[in-house]
Amino acid sequence: MNQSQSSQSNVLTPGTLVDEKIVLYYLSLSLTYLIIAMLAGLLYSLQFIHMYPFEGIEIFSPGRWRFVHTQGVAYGFISNAFLGALQWVVPRLTGHPVASRKLSWFILIAWQVIVLATVVGVLTGEAQALEWGETPVWIDPVALLGLLLVAYNFLTPIVKVKGPMYVTLWYFIAAFVWTPMVYAMGNFLPEYFIGGSAAGAIGGLFIHDLVGLFVTPIGWGLMYYFVPIALKKPIWSHGLSLVGFWGLAFFYPLNGIHHFLYSPIPMFLQYGAIISTIAVELVVTTVIINFFGTLRGRGDALRTNMPVRWFYIGMVFYFTTCLQCAFHTTLMFQRIIHFTDWVVGHAHLVMYGVFGFWINGVMTYLFPRLLRTNGWYKPSWNSWHFWLSGIGMLVMFFDLMSAGLIQGFIWKALAPWSDSITASMPFWKIRTVSGTAIIIGQLFFVANVIMTWRKAGELAPKSSPYDPTPSNQSQEQYT
Amino acid sequence: MFESKSGIFLVAGFGFFILAFIVMALIPITIYSDEKEQTLAEIAAEGMTHEFVDLAERYPERFKEYFGAPTEDSFATALRRGHKIYVGEGCWHCHSQFIRPISNEEQRWGPVSYASEYQNELQRPVLFGTRRVGPDLIREAARRSNDWHVAHFYEPKWVVPTSVMPSYKWFFDEDGYPNRDGMSIITYIQWLGSWQPEYPYWDGRGPTPAMVADDEAADDRHDEEVSTS
Repeated sequence: MNQSQSSQSNVLTPGTLVDEKIVLYYLSLSLTYLIIAMLAGLLYSLQFIHMYPFEGIEIFSPGRWRFVHTQGVAYGFISNAFLGALQWVVPRLTGHPVASRKLSWFILIAWQVIVLATVVGVLTGEAQALEWGETPVWIDPVALLGLLLVAYNFLTPIVKVKGPMYVTLWYFIAAFVWTPMVYAMGNFLPEYFIGGSAAGAIGGLFIHDLVGLFVTPIGWGLMYYFVPIALKKPIWSHGLSLVGFWGLAFFYPLNGIHHFLYSPIPMFLQYGAIISTIAVELVVTTVIINFFGTLRGRGDALRTNMPVRWFYIGMVFYFTTCLQCAFHTTLMFQRIIHFTDWVVGHAHLVMYGVFGFWINGVMTYLFPRLLRTNGWYKPSWNSWHFWLSGIGMLVMFFDLMSAGLIQGFIWKALAPWSDSITASMPFWKIRTVSGTAIIIGQLFFVANVIMTWRKAGELAPKSSPYDPTPSNQSQEQYT
Repeated sequence: MFESKSGIFLVAGFGFFILAFIVMALIPITIYSDEKEQTLAEIAAEGMTHEFVDLAERYPERFKEYFGAPTEDSFATALRRGHKIYVGEGCWHCHSQFIRPISNEEQRWGPVSYASEYQNELQRPVLFGTRRVGPDLIREAARRSNDWHVAHFYEPKWVVPTSVMPSYKWFFDEDGYPNRDGMSIITYIQWLGSWQPEYPYWDGRGPTPAMVADDEAADDRHDEEVSTS
């Protein structure tokens, strides 16, 4: 930490505005959890192909490690990366530092305690029966308090903004309002107040809103910030930005029940959820058009600029998942694909192919700036990171989608249950291989971060590290 | 409104979320509000399952040590513990608990799920599930014997050679008999669907004397539920 950060100087430079050290810590923690969560997923996948190495050991129960996989991704990887990126973005966009630096560090430590307590809790069999919310019930109130502190910490500078706000801040404000409400609704209502099918409806809302009202708005907010900076162009259409935000805000919260179609939840609500899900797809199309309009004329950046490549391939995957969703939310598709690996493939493409890719792009952009280096230790390792992740992700997606169709038709045909297991076996093997490719790709990145960090002195740039708009040349060197 | 702080904060943030909550959560809550939620004691008071009594007969000393006599109270204790294990081990990530009215699910598993069978304490939070690696379990009661479950939990491949289910050796004591956890989870699994009028006939068995008295009541209740849902 340098002196300008600890002084009460009112001079607004990125150095006094942004606590870069906390960003660096958040991103490093995020990467650590990502590796742990991915290894947990790999471990779990081995159970499916009769290769589980720790069979019969209670603490290594595959079901419990599945919790570590999903909770690690949601609350360890994505949340930490988002908190780090918010620490970087919000002060820059508002011109004001966060409410309190001490609070920021308290949140950082508290959040790690929450994540670690969750891991310990689920591994000792204390999970809560709520998908994406398996966090043991005694951690939930603490986590909610943490989310409220996060909202306070970032809303304080946003409230000080005078005049029009940039798109990113719309998404962030909404996310800070939604996330604590979603968390409280999902974790407390079905556990303590509401039982039965109505709780199923709320559980569906929680599964969907956690992705749609926490991860998605912050993810898109970051895209609206980082894409124009990386491309050095403004967003193509302000009007489409408005349509995208307000469309998402209106339709996304209505989607949840589509997770439990043909269940005892009232049918007219299931129809409503299906229709609003398809509406979301239309809104998403406008956002995608807006971003590809922005890219127009700078397509070469996909080749030369690694963060831009991560961002846009992530957007292609985003469009793919949303298009897929518009189809498989229909009752016709549900007959076959519900309960199958199709949905698992969809979830992986959303969480890693989209938000994981965006976070990888943000990290690729931020680490050299945070470490004050003039680029990466080995840019080629970042290419390995991209291609192994990208190919691994695509293979996993198509593999699980195919497996899902086969499982669904075998079940419908009333074949013996074991037939669906036997038929899935080759797909599950490919799933493990593709997951391994993704992990190796991610390890390339981790190794690159470590080496860049260690060689930061040798890789130091000649220009000022505080320069928020580096010249074209240094920009290309960063990538 | 569309770009102002208050518009985004109040309309998009609170407004749309609350609107969606009213439509998608309050409406089903209201619709099912007259379905009383059964407590665990009320579930147990409807009668023990055959399989719970069977466990007591099969492992008398161990059962006595873990649960005492097979009574409604000990049945409730075993169910609660079994449910906690079912949740904690993540069983619900590979086994759903609802039968859909499509894709021949009725033929494979039995009657389609209806709302009232989820109105009880052991469905908090509701265990619909979203993935079936293994079969659905909401009609599992009495479908297989306790012995089958004991062998299956110890080493699933012994009874289902293709199974990818993990073995749960920590449900067993050092002599290979089911321990407190093992008996609890079997009690819970064997309870799932035992409220169905078809139970316990679907394995070609007759009811216990205690069940006969309950059967008419159960039939009436089921008819009522079907007609109201």
